[in-house]
Amino acid sequence: MSDELHYIVKRAAKGLMSRREFMGRATALGVSAMMANALLASAVRAEEPKKGGLLRAGMAGGESTNSLDPALAASEVPFLVNMTWGEMLVDVTPNGEIDYRIAEEISSNSDATEWKFKIRQGVEYHNGKTVTAEDVVATLKRHTDEKAQSGALGIVQGISEMSASGDMVTLKLASGNADLPFLMGDYHLIIQPDGGVANPAEGIGAGPYKIVENEPGVRHAFERHANYWDPSIAHADQVEVLVINDNTARTAALQAGQVHMINRVDPKIVELLKGVPGVSVEAVAGRGHYVFIMHCDKAPFDNNDLRMALKLAINREEMVEKILGGLGSVGNDFPINAAYPLFDDSIPQRTYDAAKAAEHYKASGHDGSPIVLRTAPGAFPGAVEAAQLFQQSAAAAGIPLEVKVEPDDGYWSDVWNVQPFCASYWGGRPVQDQMYSTAYLSTADWNDTKFKNAEFDELLLKARAELDATKRKEEYSKMANILRDEGGLILPMFNDFVEAKREEVAGWVQDPNGELMNGRALVKCWLNA
Amino acid sequence: MHPILKLVVQRIALGLLLLLAVSVLIYAGTEALPGDVAQAILGQSATPEALANLRESLGLNQPGYIRYFHWLGGVLTGDFGKALTNGQDIGQAIAQRLGNTLFLAGCAAAISVPLAIGLGLVAARYNGRWPDKVISGVTLSTISLPEFVAAYFVIYLLTQVIPIFQPVAMVFPGMSFWAKLNAVALPVIVLVLVVLAHMMRMTRAAILNVMQSAYIETAELKGLSPMRVIWKHALPNAVAPIISVVVLNLAYLVVGVVVVEVVFGYNALGQYLVDHVAKRDLPVVQAVGLIFAAVYIGLNILADVLAIVANPRLRHPK
Repeated sequence: MSDELHYIVKRAAKGLMSRREFMGRATALGVSAMMANALLASAVRAEEPKKGGLLRAGMAGGESTNSLDPALAASEVPFLVNMTWGEMLVDVTPNGEIDYRIAEEISSNSDATEWKFKIRQGVEYHNGKTVTAEDVVATLKRHTDEKAQSGALGIVQGISEMSASGDMVTLKLASGNADLPFLMGDYHLIIQPDGGVANPAEGIGAGPYKIVENEPGVRHAFERHANYWDPSIAHADQVEVLVINDNTARTAALQAGQVHMINRVDPKIVELLKGVPGVSVEAVAGRGHYVFIMHCDKAPFDNNDLRMALKLAINREEMVEKILGGLGSVGNDFPINAAYPLFDDSIPQRTYDAAKAAEHYKASGHDGSPIVLRTAPGAFPGAVEAAQLFQQSAAAAGIPLEVKVEPDDGYWSDVWNVQPFCASYWGGRPVQDQMYSTAYLSTADWNDTKFKNAEFDELLLKARAELDATKRKEEYSKMANILRDEGGLILPMFNDFVEAKREEVAGWVQDPNGELMNGRALVKCWLNA
Repeated sequence: MHPILKLVVQRIALGLLLLLAVSVLIYAGTEALPGDVAQAILGQSATPEALANLRESLGLNQPGYIRYFHWLGGVLTGDFGKALTNGQDIGQAIAQRLGNTLFLAGCAAAISVPLAIGLGLVAARYNGRWPDKVISGVTLSTISLPEFVAAYFVIYLLTQVIPIFQPVAMVFPGMSFWAKLNAVALPVIVLVLVVLAHMMRMTRAAILNVMQSAYIETAELKGLSPMRVIWKHALPNAVAPIISVVVLNLAYLVVGVVVVEVVFGYNALGQYLVDHVAKRDLPVVQAVGLIFAAVYIGLNILADVLAIVANPRLRHPK
């Protein structure tokens, strides 16, 4: 290994250099991207975690109305707070594999309709009780109750029978689902003593840290759970989340060293922040995406030529550059990217083609009246500007778009899922099945493109129960192609999570599953004081 | 009974009556919002049965005035109920945050009130000359600056350029008094900048007003120094309008500083109210509304009483 390469690997492992910068420099030194990744991973592993200290995160996305009830978690702060005190059956690793937590073994029957989870022995809650199979069943049952208002209701609804015996939990499904283990890693499904039925917001779990101060919308303070079962994580003695919703104050707190990491770095200041000594910016390609959605069942969008014309009339590279400040990647009109397991990267990338767009537009026989595109500042950051860019690139293809800016208030109830053509966004889901089932199955509540395709539905159900990964990948690839060529979804870009941390924070890993290392940043990082 | 005592008792009784009327208004106002508390709790997933059950258990089927008296009874005994959104006890949450609000307001007032009055006196003394112009110019420009701009400016200056304070001003139980003072330094600076001009201008104007009087001329002819004339003869007669402006600013410091709270992440009452308004958490909105109203009314009574006590003509009515 050359000296230079050796040096940058060390710097990157210490977190003094962002992953993106490292990859750029390493490839400049003639190392392949895959090799560079492996180098970095081994260097990071080689660095011995330091124990002790107080690790602090400053975060946007918390309100004084937040609850510790895992069923209710929706915004960023409750998510990370719950990931710090809670433990689920499984986690999903950054590479999209199952990380066994409370479940230590998972098996299923051949059609994926019956699943057995073996519960790890001797895992202790913060109150000293031990995690049992009965707790797991009670937890899942609580989330099936409509009164619990759980964000995971859609996941647990498909479980028709749950039982516990000894250290084994058995779940029977109405129809086969090969992704069930991944779904058990949903952040709402934290295992609670007796299912948390009596007091769901108690904040008692089996996670690495216990809550000592809980002041919603202000601060959440934790100390290490002395009897935590996994000694390889939870390095700091104490961790703390400060809720700092104001962008400027959050950034200033990081610069001043009052917090060690922050979420939601404003793309506008990324370049400035990169120049600040002691701070590094981390952009992680995730699964969230910004979209324009057309209702396939309403004129003029019921015509596939018109839909195709619009898909070809959007300039994706320009959007990534101008709307995301380069912190994202282009989309291909289906909601899946390389961050998902079983992604087919051989599907050709759709690009801006004014001539072809004009052809399809002519073939659609549209009468030439302006097509109304509704947007709002809150549809996604930069949604109004994105709609205007779209309008211009479409105009170059001879397609008249009329941008109508709607108020943020009421956008999600009166425009989205109601009007035939509007701007919107989606956060990702851990697996392809869940993303497609949530928004593209004919019968889905949130089928916001009114896309109804029998072949697609059939493939989705077939793939769900398919345990053979190769076959599944093929089926997903077919579905992606159907949606890409016939769907009502225009997906110009996937947005990155943009975060920043101080140089004394080590152990940082890029995780596409969610913000701040999928909510585990405080648990998995340590301080190199 | 001494006439002043009688006046004071009258004012307080009037204030309490006013507060009662405000409580009716707050309750009626939040009741008049579309949808009821049960709907607010259950959200969009509300089924008719669940709604009926919850209404029953919350006692929403009783007529409005009975619920009002229940609520009022709770408030009088210190029981504000529980927040709908996270089930926390409202009284406890408010007590802590009200403490923080008062701490911030108190620190800002302790600096800004003496400073404003002092500067006002100096400005009046050198009326129209350079000290007056400098004081007026500086304070007017700080009041013209929107609070958040001033806040970002002091954050930049005092945490980045000269790193002596911390940008996030949260305070927690268990922090020492000094640690708390250090934490709130930046928001206090901003609030002082914002309220200074108003009080300073009023002091200056009130003093200049009485400086035209004959007795001031007499005092000057006696050969007293200008500062002594202002201090001994002008100020006591100009104090009533100054008090009312000071109290108005104190009320602002308690109830109107939500922008500053947000920028510095300061955990006080304003931020708490705004969060719960956004989620339609009505019991919290009612409770905080009532507290803000009480602060306003209380401070106004105080202003009245002080003005009476300070004014010889009111102190000795014919």
